[in-house]
Amino acid sequence: MSAPNANGTTLTRRGLLAGAAALAGAALAPGVHLIEIARAKTGEPVSSKVRWGLLIDANRCVEGCQKCVSACNEENGLEGGTRPVDVQWIRKVELKEVRTGRKASAPVMCQHCAKPPCVDVCPTGASFKRADGIVLVDRHTCIGCRYCMMACPYKARSFVHEPLTQQKPEVPRGKGCVESCTLCVHRIDRGERNTACAEACPTKAIVFGDLNDPESAISGRLREVQATQLRADLRLDLGVRYVGL
Amino acid sequence: MVAVPTIPAPVVERRFWWLLAAGVVVLAAGLAGAWVMEHEGHIATGMNNEIVWGTPHVFAIFLIVAASGVLNVASVGTVFGRTEYKPYARLSGLLCVALLAGGLMVLMLDLGRPERVIVAATHYNFTSVFAWNVFLYTGMFAFTALYLWMMMERRMNRYAKPAGIAAFVWRFVLTTGTGTIFAFLVARQAYASAVLPPLFITMSLAWGTAVFMLVEAGFARWRGAPRAPEFQRRIARLLGIFVALALYLVAVYHLTNLYFAKQTAFERFILLDGGVYPWLFWAGYVLVGSVVPLALVWRAGVTERGALAAAALVTVGAFALLYVFIIGGQAFPLDIFPGYEVTSSFRDGQIAAYAPSLPEVLLGFGGVAAAFVIALVGVQVLDFMPDEGR
Repeated sequence: MSAPNANGTTLTRRGLLAGAAALAGAALAPGVHLIEIARAKTGEPVSSKVRWGLLIDANRCVEGCQKCVSACNEENGLEGGTRPVDVQWIRKVELKEVRTGRKASAPVMCQHCAKPPCVDVCPTGASFKRADGIVLVDRHTCIGCRYCMMACPYKARSFVHEPLTQQKPEVPRGKGCVESCTLCVHRIDRGERNTACAEACPTKAIVFGDLNDPESAISGRLREVQATQLRADLRLDLGVRYVGL
Repeated sequence: MVAVPTIPAPVVERRFWWLLAAGVVVLAAGLAGAWVMEHEGHIATGMNNEIVWGTPHVFAIFLIVAASGVLNVASVGTVFGRTEYKPYARLSGLLCVALLAGGLMVLMLDLGRPERVIVAATHYNFTSVFAWNVFLYTGMFAFTALYLWMMMERRMNRYAKPAGIAAFVWRFVLTTGTGTIFAFLVARQAYASAVLPPLFITMSLAWGTAVFMLVEAGFARWRGAPRAPEFQRRIARLLGIFVALALYLVAVYHLTNLYFAKQTAFERFILLDGGVYPWLFWAGYVLVGSVVPLALVWRAGVTERGALAAAALVTVGAFALLYVFIIGGQAFPLDIFPGYEVTSSFRDGQIAAYAPSLPEVLLGFGGVAAAFVIALVGVQVLDFMPDEGR
C-alpha cells in the first residue's frame, strides 16, 4: 500500500519502516555503546563466590558525625533532605540503652539480607538480589507499589515522592520508584573495592569487604570480635554486621 | 414481595441519568486526584516514607474485601440452596465485579508508576503474595462473570450451581490472599499474624452484606421495585452474625498480641494512647461499627429502616477499622533495636505523622464512584434486580 505525499512522491510502507529503523538505530547506538563500555569495565560477571558486606563498629562511630551520610548523598546524587518524604539511603541512629543508659551511635542502611523480605514480596521481581549478595531495585520494573517498604524490617527503603533532576549517570533514579543503599554497586562493577560511606568514615568504623573470603579484612575482623545482626530473630542472614550494639 | 406504587419508566430513566451524572462527577474528581498524584508525585499525598500506604489503600482494601463478601448473598442462594436469596444472586454478582473493579482502580492509580501496570501483568515474582493476588483478582472477575452468565442465560441455568460453588471457593481464596498481604509482613508489629486471613474473611462477609443491603435498598427505591420484608429481616440477622464473627476475630487478634510481651507497646498505642487510632478503634469500629448495629439487627421486630441504619454503621465502622489497621499499624515505629531508645533523621523510634490530602481522598471516593457507575449501568441495561428477568 502506498500514498502520494505533499511533494507528489510516493511514501511506501517499506520506506517508512526503513527510515524508522534507521532513526531508532541512530538514537539507540550511543546507549548500546555506553553499555559496552560499562561491560568492559566490569571485568568478570557477578559471582556468588563473593558476598559483599559491611562491618560497622558502633564503638568507633562518633556521635553526631554525619560524614558517611554526606558521602553517600554525594556519591549517589541524593538531595540530602530529611523531611518524611525525602530519600535517605543511610542514616545515623543515636541509641541509648534503656536499662543502663549506655549510649551508642551507628549508621543504618539496607542490610543486604541473604533472605530479603523485600525480594520475596515484590510482585514484579524489581527487587532482586545479585549473586554477590547486593540487594537492588530494577528501576525499569519497579511499579511503585511500596510493598517492599512495608516488608523491610530495617526501614531501609525510600520512595521517590517528587520529580528528580541532576541525577548521576551511574546511579539512575526516578520519581515513583523505591530505592535504597546499593552498596555502591557502580563502584564494585568498576572494580573498586570500597563504598563511599566506608571511605569517608574518619574513624574506620565501617569496613567493606567480601564476607566469603577468609583472607578479607572484614572476615578477619569478624573472627576477632563478637558481631551482631539487627533483628537477628528474623534469621535473614544480613550482609551488614554490627559491633558494640 | 410487597407491591409498591409503580414508577413510570420515563421517571426511572430520568433518575438513572441523574444518578449516572452524580457518579461520573465523583469518578472524574477521583481521576483528577490521581492525575495530580501522577504529575506531582506522591508529595501531593499525605503519604511518606513511614506511612507508605495511606487513604487510597483504606478505600481499595474496603472495596476489594467487600467485593468478596457481597457475593455471599448469591452463595447462600446457589450453594446453600436458600431459595429466598436466589432472586438477589444476580445483583450480588454484579456488585462483586463492580466493587472489585473500583478497588483495583484505586490500587492501580495509587502506584508510583501507574503507567507500568502492564509490567505488573507481564512480570511475576511467584514468591510475592501481591503477584498471586493479580491472578486471584482476575480469576474472581472470570468466575463471577461465568456465574452471572449461567444464572442469566436460561439454557445455562443448570450449570449455575457448579459455577456458584467455584465462585464461592474462589472468593475465600481471594480474601485469604488479601489478608495474607499483611500477614506475611514478618517485621511489623501490627501485621505478622495468622489470624489476619480468617479475620479478613469474616470482615468481608460483614462488609459485603452491609454494602449489598444498602445498594439493593437504594436501587429498589430508584426503580420502584417491590420489597421483600422477610428477606430484609433474614439478611439483617445474617449481617448481625457476620459482624459478631468479625468482632470476635478482631478481639482474638488483639488478645494474642497482648499476650506477647514484645507486642504490648504496640497494643498500648493502638488501643489506649495512640491519639486518633484508639478513638477510631473504640468509638468508630467497636461502638458505631459493631455494637450499635448488633443492637439494631438483633432486637425484636427489626424494621427495614433499622436494618439499613445498621448496614450504614457497619460500613462506617469498616473504614474506621481499616484506617486504624493500615495507617495506625504503620504509624507505630519498627522495633529495630530492642532495648534501646532510638533517634535519627529518618524518625526511627518515633510515631509517624499522617494527614490525608485532597487528591488521595478524591481517588478513594473515585473508586467508590467507579463501582457505583458500573453497578448502576449494569442494572439499567440488564436484568439484575430481583424482580426482573424471571
